[in-house]
Amino acid sequence: MEVSQLQRAQTRLAYLLVLPATLLILVIYIIPIILVFLASLTDYTLVSDYYEFVGFENYRTMFGDEVFANAVGNTFFYAALFLPGAFVISLILAIAIQEQKQFRSVLEVLYFLPVTSTLAAMALVWAALMDSGQGVINNTLETVGIPGVNWFGNEDVVLYSLAIISLWSIIGFNMVLFLAGLTSIPQNLYEAAAMDGADHPIDKFFRVTWPMLGPTAMFVAVTSSITAFKLFDTVAILTQGGPDRASEVFLYLAFLEGFEYFNMGYSAALSLFFLGIIFLFALIQALFTARNVHY
Amino acid sequence: MAQLELRHIKKSFGETAVLHDISLDVADGEFVSLVGQSGCGKSTLLRIIAGLETPDSGDILIGGQSVTDSAPKDRNIAMVFQDYALYPHMSVGENMSMPPVMARLPLYARLPGMRSITPAGRKARPEIRAEIEKVAKQLRIDHLLDRRPAQLSGGQRQRVALGRALVRNPQVFLMDEPLSNLDAKLRVQVRTEITELHASSGLTFVYVTHDQVEAMTMSDRVALLQAGHLLQVGAPNVLYADPANLDVARFIGSPEINIAAGERGPGGVRLGETTLPAVLDGHGPVRAPVHVGIRPEAIRVLDTPGLLALGQGQGPTLTLVKRMIEDLGPEILIHGHFAHAPDALIRVRAQKSDLYGQSDALAQATSLKVMLNTAQLLFFDADGARLSAKMSDVVETV
Repeated sequence: MEVSQLQRAQTRLAYLLVLPATLLILVIYIIPIILVFLASLTDYTLVSDYYEFVGFENYRTMFGDEVFANAVGNTFFYAALFLPGAFVISLILAIAIQEQKQFRSVLEVLYFLPVTSTLAAMALVWAALMDSGQGVINNTLETVGIPGVNWFGNEDVVLYSLAIISLWSIIGFNMVLFLAGLTSIPQNLYEAAAMDGADHPIDKFFRVTWPMLGPTAMFVAVTSSITAFKLFDTVAILTQGGPDRASEVFLYLAFLEGFEYFNMGYSAALSLFFLGIIFLFALIQALFTARNVHY
Repeated sequence: MAQLELRHIKKSFGETAVLHDISLDVADGEFVSLVGQSGCGKSTLLRIIAGLETPDSGDILIGGQSVTDSAPKDRNIAMVFQDYALYPHMSVGENMSMPPVMARLPLYARLPGMRSITPAGRKARPEIRAEIEKVAKQLRIDHLLDRRPAQLSGGQRQRVALGRALVRNPQVFLMDEPLSNLDAKLRVQVRTEITELHASSGLTFVYVTHDQVEAMTMSDRVALLQAGHLLQVGAPNVLYADPANLDVARFIGSPEINIAAGERGPGGVRLGETTLPAVLDGHGPVRAPVHVGIRPEAIRVLDTPGLLALGQGQGPTLTLVKRMIEDLGPEILIHGHFAHAPDALIRVRAQKSDLYGQSDALAQATSLKVMLNTAQLLFFDADGARLSAKMSDVVETV
């Protein structure tokens, strides 16, 4: 009797202790997701109190919609522009800066500065820089004899322009992550490599740096991918999806549907699709980092 | 032939000079230990031999050839690092294949994935595999080739590090405190294995350690470094019995040598109530201070039941005030001080006799009569330089 009473008390205590965290997760994550899912099964709009369940009608519309296909296409095209740069440029910068002794901290701060600034505000600065008429960039190009580019007005260029701005804002952050990863590689591995004959920079990179950087690289790749799919604020401020839907990316479409056209039910379906993609990336990261840590 | 010669090596890090003009010859097949306290420059010297550091001036010759400006891989050397420096992302076999892969494959064949699709890579694969297996068998790690370093015990990792070094087929083998990460029992075992490896391979070994016991037990010769200076190089026994100065005498030997303060007297060296019958070299005024070095086993406890009265004969006697006894099994270590000098700790190593423990005379005693073995005494002047001494047979007691 005594023992079972003690056990029961302990069980109660255990539940009590996990209760706050459970409640928070429920309130912040689980319940909203369920609500959004439920909303995605309705034709609920912000302008009408009346709504009814339409089953998976919203999803059917979504996958048959040209606008949706265009937004997904734009997002992936943008991600394909953004991701290699966000990864490779940061890695090269990190390796180059790590070899510096004197100016390392100055360079780190300089490259990290864009991360500390508000992207929404900086987008306006970029708008001024990239202005097709009086922008600094076009003016400079024209003095050298290269014709200016209509950065935000040309539908073939606009995603490149957005990718350049996003790269500017994320490279410092990824670089700091890579620097942290590089710093944690034991120096004596490079010395062992030098003894073993792997003293060529290419050998050093592929035999020591790259494999030891595995978990960091995975983290950078996944967070950058999520950032790529989250592209929203520069689009909302600079292009509003234009010209002619050329920069209408996924999250911006969801925003348009929900808060411009008030199609909350459809917007909820779009959001859940977005959540699914993000979840996929998070899952990949969790699976790979668990397997790829060597120490 | 792979003798190693160091010629006037100097090295500073910024303002701090770590090595002052070190010259050392290591013969082909010799096992030389670099020993000294942390910060004495021994590891830096080893890294200079390896090519991981460049000396400010001086020359390194391996097999008669200057390698001062050669890259580490071109020096015909191998090195075992203190914490092994195994590549954590590679299996044991891959770790060991690094040196031959780097040496034999052209750069394009070493790129990721290229080893299995380029002709050069495919050609080299079986022969490299065979060499690794041979070395692995020799070190008894052939069953571990597919494991990752993280899955191995400390002793196994140690052996993999040795294996990776051996695969290089080096002429000189460098080791930087390879035993310091092992527990005490394993350390003794690996110590023997390294000694055997040296004997069977016939390679030249340079071994860095801060542990004088390791240095003494394994090496042909010991080079003792202090603050970037080479204090003495010699066979372990020479360093023990015939140290060049007080620092060497202090560093070599465990427990540490006892240092008693004496002074030059007319008939020898005055030490408390007795005079040691030693005729010291060099001239010094009477009453000039002299450090008398007395190894713990050079003191014999007289007239105490339970302790072996080793050796016969006469010698100067002193009174030892007992402080504490450490039981080491077959022998005991008596901590105390001479009656005339309460500040200088004296340790005496005494062998137990069969009667040990049957009488509490030793436990009860507060002071013991001890006799010094004059042949084992070492004398140093006030600056720590060794004074050679001749013993006269006359024992004077005052």
